Amino acid sequence: MGKTITEKIFAAHLRDEPFAGTYVLSLDVVMCHEITTPIAISDLQWRGKDRVFDTNKIKAVIDHVTPAKDSNSALQGKIMRDWAARHGIKDFFDIGRNGVCHALFPEKGFIRPGYTAIMGDSHTCTHGAFGAFAAGVGTTDLEVGILKGVCAFRQPKSVRVELAGKLQRGVYAKDVILTVIRELTVNGATDQVIEFRGPAVQAMSMEERMTLSNMAIEAGGTSGLCLPDATTVDYLWPFISGEYASKTAAVEDFKKWHSDPDAVYTKTLAIDVGKIEPVSTFGFKPDQVKTLREMAGTKIDQVYIGSCTNGRISDLRAAAAIVKGTVVAPGVRGIVSPATPAVYAQAMEEGLLKIFMDAGYLIANPTCGACLGMSTGVLAEGEVCASTTNRNFNGRMGKGGMVHLMSPASAAASGVRGVLTDPRELMN
Amino acid sequence: MKSFGGPVLLLDRADINTDEIIPAKYLTEAKKEALKPYLLEDLKLEGFSFTGPWRGTARVVVSRANFGCGSSREHAPWAFEVNDITCVIAESYARIFRQNMFNGGMLAIELEPAAIDEIFALGKKGVLSCAVDVGSRTLTFSWTGGSKQVSFALAPFDEALVRSGGWVEFADKKY
Repeated sequence: MGKTITEKIFAAHLRDEPFAGTYVLSLDVVMCHEITTPIAISDLQWRGKDRVFDTNKIKAVIDHVTPAKDSNSALQGKIMRDWAARHGIKDFFDIGRNGVCHALFPEKGFIRPGYTAIMGDSHTCTHGAFGAFAAGVGTTDLEVGILKGVCAFRQPKSVRVELAGKLQRGVYAKDVILTVIRELTVNGATDQVIEFRGPAVQAMSMEERMTLSNMAIEAGGTSGLCLPDATTVDYLWPFISGEYASKTAAVEDFKKWHSDPDAVYTKTLAIDVGKIEPVSTFGFKPDQVKTLREMAGTKIDQVYIGSCTNGRISDLRAAAAIVKGTVVAPGVRGIVSPATPAVYAQAMEEGLLKIFMDAGYLIANPTCGACLGMSTGVLAEGEVCASTTNRNFNGRMGKGGMVHLMSPASAAASGVRGVLTDPRELMN
Repeated sequence: MKSFGGPVLLLDRADINTDEIIPAKYLTEAKKEALKPYLLEDLKLEGFSFTGPWRGTARVVVSRANFGCGSSREHAPWAFEVNDITCVIAESYARIFRQNMFNGGMLAIELEPAAIDEIFALGKKGVLSCAVDVGSRTLTFSWTGGSKQVSFALAPFDEALVRSGGWVEFADKKY
């Protein structure tokens, strides 16, 4: 029987099977941010075990609340900073160099096909776009990862999502993943890895694949993987060129991780992406998805463009194309947060920031910000946001606030009209 | 091993997420105890009162499918723990929440939908209490005038975590 990419990665990293079905894996990368790491650091210190398994395999950033907004968040940053200095963690990104972890770390080339990676953050699945087993974990798993470089998992089964066809104008990777989640439901991929397969995925850029993988957790997925190919190699080439004679050699090498043709899946979901329209969530679960045609007219108070889902340069370009020459509707606040300093600089160079500012948007620093209602655009009771983030849970962006998840183009279009809007109405 | 069992808090809804269990705005706290007042602050559930009599007395939570979905925040199990709730019983869990419970030496017990249905039905008879026997894998639900035993399964790794106090203890000895 053939193996899935996940089974191959598990086999290559198996350190121990202490009980049948419990696999302790060695870790290639352990990623840390300031919300979930400080309590792990404090606990290690309390136990007299203030050490790290491998300083080169740890990546750390302050991203969720930055710059520090109060004493509590300042302390969290300080704990991270002091810890990184104590252990010589050179890949620690502080003020001025920091960005949203799942956008920043890929930019730095930290993830490779076939890697195992954990972080104390549920959207760690984003890195599965590189063909890595990347999973979100809690602080205790992170603590053991930092101390021992291992993490325990049950072998997850896999769901195969086959994406064929060509995206219509105005339809993006975000619309695709929201459609997938609607079909799978929020519990449909629990204890399973989602494999995104098919020509439509092969046609996607790494940024688009990251948007897909980012929301695997919203269907309950342990991770969301894309098979590594020439697109993956192109993205990683600045970091791997020293290891391979040519890009072709790298593409061939990465094939060793590909799922076998006779690998077994719990289910297969086949979607023709050409039939997908721009969509939005309604209600408080990410699987509650309708077309924007159906949802048109719902009044909004805020537009938020950013996050680990859709804060990369291609996302800002798509939104700017809609925003250009317009102004946000009266009563609507527009916020754009480029996900990393490199995205910010690129957006500035391309004139995108000026487009947003001329339209009346606030340009925020790279941060998770309003995505989880901690800063940078928290909603008041009764307010509604058209957002490019990944969760519409009750109270997520602010107590009593309502979040509608959609693509950057859809959010931008909604900002122009002041109501939920299908972006195709504003496109030629 | 922690102690388990006591009065039951019934949360009759699927897909209760970790933002509802403990909102993100409290995640800047450096100590678990600071989370205590905020457990279930954002829970949207008809009949549930944030300030109800369960607060301070409940020791066991019973819920439906996909409990603890959403964010990986271990603050969610911690918020239960500092409120002396060390056992959750549900039809199913989000992977990260379930692992976080066992990693902290707590119980995330899974029961078949029919058994969960029965417990919610028993809850209509009056205030439920649940005794938990890890060794015999038995839950004993009692109310005025009756009691009922329910068996549960516990994977060997999960039992090892509960008995050793958690994953750090286990991994530190072994790896």
